Amino acid sequence: MSTPKTITKASSSAKAKKLTSSLVELKNVSKSYGEEWASDNVLKNISVEFPAGELTVIVGPSGCGKSTLVNLLAGFEKPDEGRALIDGKEITGPAKDRMVVFQETALIPWQTTLQNVTFGPKMRGDKKGPSLVREAEDLLIKVGLGEFMNKYPIQLSGGMQRRAELARALINEPTVMIMDEPFRGLDAMSRSLMQEFFLELFDENQKTNIFVTSEIDEAIFLADNLVILSNKPTTVQTVIKIDLPRPRNYKMLTTAKAFKYRRQAMELLHGEALKSFAVLK
Amino acid sequence: MTNFLQKLFGNTTGRRGVSAIIVFVIIWHVGSQLDEWTGYDMLGIGLVPPPADVFVAFLGVVPKVGYWMSWVASFSRVITGFIVAMIIGIPFGLLLAVNRYFRGVFFPPFEILRPIPPLAWVPASLIFWPTNEMSIAFVTFLGAFFTIVINVLGGARNIDISYLRAAQSMGASQFDLFWKIVLPGTLPSIFTGAAVGMGITWEVVLAAEMISGGGTQGGGGLGFFIWSSYMGGSLEQIVVGMISIGIAGYLSSSAIRKIGYHFMPWRRLF
Repeated sequence: MSTPKTITKASSSAKAKKLTSSLVELKNVSKSYGEEWASDNVLKNISVEFPAGELTVIVGPSGCGKSTLVNLLAGFEKPDEGRALIDGKEITGPAKDRMVVFQETALIPWQTTLQNVTFGPKMRGDKKGPSLVREAEDLLIKVGLGEFMNKYPIQLSGGMQRRAELARALINEPTVMIMDEPFRGLDAMSRSLMQEFFLELFDENQKTNIFVTSEIDEAIFLADNLVILSNKPTTVQTVIKIDLPRPRNYKMLTTAKAFKYRRQAMELLHGEALKSFAVLK
Repeated sequence: MTNFLQKLFGNTTGRRGVSAIIVFVIIWHVGSQLDEWTGYDMLGIGLVPPPADVFVAFLGVVPKVGYWMSWVASFSRVITGFIVAMIIGIPFGLLLAVNRYFRGVFFPPFEILRPIPPLAWVPASLIFWPTNEMSIAFVTFLGAFFTIVINVLGGARNIDISYLRAAQSMGASQFDLFWKIVLPGTLPSIFTGAAVGMGITWEVVLAAEMISGGGTQGGGGLGFFIWSSYMGGSLEQIVVGMISIGIAGYLSSSAIRKIGYHFMPWRRLF
């Protein structure tokens, strides 16, 4: 696995800066699946705020509806009750202001890495020709895939695929990045490299980031805000403000403060996990 | 020629393939001669003519125009039926996959007709189509059609939903989704369907040629070649006909593979 280049702070005008992130909110959102008489209530009266330009991590026991939350925020599904808002406006469907990085790779297998990255802008026609290709190439070089532009996704390692996917999302200039357990399935080494790389990208872009994971260490390492979900029907258990300085590094995970967060999160999650275990029994 | 030989023997796969065929011919020879040598038949192939006799018979038919006309006749029937099946079957399968109303109307009758073996259609089509040629073409078409449709339908319905969602997030319209995700995503299944359909087409065309008796108005074909060899009692020529079909089928499926590789470069990699 090749190491990503160090990211240099991009200069951007004040106007562009204003557009890079959005406030996302869920207000009293409920969602269930199936027929009314046999419905599976997944989310129940959830209200949560994802502050603009901050990295909010969602953790919760497995099967608690984290992916449903992602689908609502991305606009793939609509809430039964309540509202999903971006900058105060209702989310009505998927749009390029909210890019999703999926659990398993969603790179299109019949397109090369470069074609995957240029796919969105080309389709919409808002960026074209050589300047689009150059921009895509620059992005791919930035994520360390300079030599893999003309390879197909199947030829990339897991970590490379995730980085290609980040590049594909970023070229669409979203104001919100939604990450649905993006590093799941990577080996421990690639995973921690990807986390560091992802933080570098975040520090540079300052987009609103919504990051779903089931790993507490990953959550604390990345988050500004840690949203802990309860067991089904899912509500917000607690929001913990993670007050660790940025840029972050792994040593911070061994500080007393990080331990305190970890313990707090563990206790809450353990309680929730026990409840779902009890239901199973 | 040297290039061809190099390709054949230069790699393990080629060597393995050629040795397997040689071993097969040796077993065939031993099997056909066993009765003469030991007085005991090898079960099943005791009366089969030895490979050398078949080879002589093959040399006998090669200069004859009639033999090659049989190739042309069968091939053109297979290709006609196959191409028509592709032209109708691919859009039909895609429509079934993407349009709920279309599926609601056309899938039930399709599913009732699908289990009927193509050969069961032979008598009816001989009666209903004005010429033998047309009835053979129709039955051949049926052989490939159902397989192609069911593969296209399955392939299109199995496309990973995250490709569709990713494209939607990036602003894809319904039109984009169909042309840029659904269609290329279905290509592998289209080619699987084509390969299987091609095999069935050969089976069907041969049987149809035998049944319709091709000779007078249907015009030969490899099926009729085998049938007339059987009527004439030439065992060697029957086997020549069988091997010819084997070769013809092999040529057809490798053509489909080649075309598949050309259209799906990303599939070559695994």
